[in-house]
Amino acid sequence: MSSIINYTLHLADNALILGQRNSEWCGHGPVLEQDIAITNISLDLIGQARSFYQYAAALIGDGATEDSLAYLRTEREFNNCLLVEQPNGDWAQTLLRQFFFSSYQFYLYRYLLNHPDTRIAAIAEKSLKEVSYHLRWSSEWVIRLGDGTDESHRRLKAALDELWSYTGELFLPAGYEKDLGIDVASLEVDWSKKVKDIFDEANLAVPGNVFMQTGGKSGMHSEHLGHLLTELQYMQRTFPGCEW
Amino acid sequence: MPSPDFETIFQDKIDQEIKIEPKDWMPENYRRTNTRQISQHAHSEVVGMLPEGNWISRAPSLKRKAILLAKVQDEGGHGLYLYSAAETLGMSREEMINDLHSGKAKYSSIFNYPTLTWADIGAIGWLVDGAAIMNQVMLTRTSYGPYARAMVRICKEESFHQRQGFEALLVLSRGSAAQKEMCQDAINRWWWPALMMFGPRDTESTNSDQSMKWKIKRKSNDELRQNFVDMIAEQIKTLGMKLPDPELKWNEARKHYDFGAINWDEFWQVVKGNGPCNKQRLDARRKAWEEGEWVREAAIAHAGKRAERAGRS
Repeated sequence: MSSIINYTLHLADNALILGQRNSEWCGHGPVLEQDIAITNISLDLIGQARSFYQYAAALIGDGATEDSLAYLRTEREFNNCLLVEQPNGDWAQTLLRQFFFSSYQFYLYRYLLNHPDTRIAAIAEKSLKEVSYHLRWSSEWVIRLGDGTDESHRRLKAALDELWSYTGELFLPAGYEKDLGIDVASLEVDWSKKVKDIFDEANLAVPGNVFMQTGGKSGMHSEHLGHLLTELQYMQRTFPGCEW
Repeated sequence: MPSPDFETIFQDKIDQEIKIEPKDWMPENYRRTNTRQISQHAHSEVVGMLPEGNWISRAPSLKRKAILLAKVQDEGGHGLYLYSAAETLGMSREEMINDLHSGKAKYSSIFNYPTLTWADIGAIGWLVDGAAIMNQVMLTRTSYGPYARAMVRICKEESFHQRQGFEALLVLSRGSAAQKEMCQDAINRWWWPALMMFGPRDTESTNSDQSMKWKIKRKSNDELRQNFVDMIAEQIKTLGMKLPDPELKWNEARKHYDFGAINWDEFWQVVKGNGPCNKQRLDARRKAWEEGEWVREAAIAHAGKRAERAGRS
């Protein structure tokens, strides 16, 4: 598959997998307003995933659809980063994951506004408004939890220990990014500054030198992804070839 | 001059179709009945998120996943407006939630049935939301202002949900043999519980007379149930499916469909807590609330600290 297809799938997979994870909160949030907020973010991400899958399907041709791409590829064919497939854990872990990812997505989509592929640029432009809100919402929660009570601070710190090692991969270009000249490494400065600013308000220290996990972007995932896909793909696998 | 009789003034307003507003005088029992009914309605929206939420992660296409997420999110929103409407009567949301968790407050029994297949999501939209709308359209004219206004907004979204549910079943009804079977099976399981949603027969409904006089309700349980049967008996023809009632038959003299006897033993068992999912639904709500406690405390603590810092500077 060409690099542009792989890259489009990477963008779609990131959005789908995080959307799927966030949707697990629906009906189970800590308070009704926040249950609605996280469900809304899930809905935005699934919308973004659909736009990217539709574009990838058009590029692939041969009967590919948004659903065949989301429901009929295997673990090793998914190009999402490791961060988005990590389990929800508690509210602190979900929120910190969202903050890391939304701040990355914010700078990435802003960068993609100038991408020569006009379809990708258009989806990035349309999604940027949503992502700006996700970033603001998750930043506020990181501050709230970091600054709130001893317990919330402790939980946020535990979430940081859990998630930090999955952030390095975001800025290491995969083969398809190199081919397309997408300089993800250049986003790291803005991202780090954002993290530092929010962590300062949350009384949280940015971790020092930590070994970074990689592989998700080129199909080497954690064990979590297989289970997530088993659930996500259940209907299409059980009843192949049906309209829904 | 005789002192004004508050109760007479109140009933005059109701008779003249003037809405009762939060600061108006109202009989204690009117306040209590509305608080009970509105909070019960709010709880139903929130508990109702669970059976449908059960299929979000497994929705069969991205479009269906998005539709379902949006629908369940709308229900959360309805819960919010309704809790706010109930709060105008003087009970806090926290008190209402505690009553739900302790079992003191009820919610619609329909949500104590399990969603076993994808077709249940369509059947809930079509039958359960369809039955709810019958009641809710009536409630847009209920005498308590905040409740009536909340219902106007809710009704618009609910009718959209009902169409989506029907459309999801329509796709199944035109699909493979397995899809058709799934569709019929879901209709079989949801039909009778949907009829029970209108509550006991008029002859056995304890709160009805006073509620009619105060225009909290404007149609009886049996009237609403009959309207629902008449509507669904027609709509199912488009699906090419059957309602699981051999006695269902058009009655030309009554200009209504006749239908078979409802199993009221089952109804009362589920109300008493013995439905297939009563325990699971309440456990899920309690768990979310308990596990969210530290989050709510952190938000309050942070807001307090921020206010304090702002006060100092």
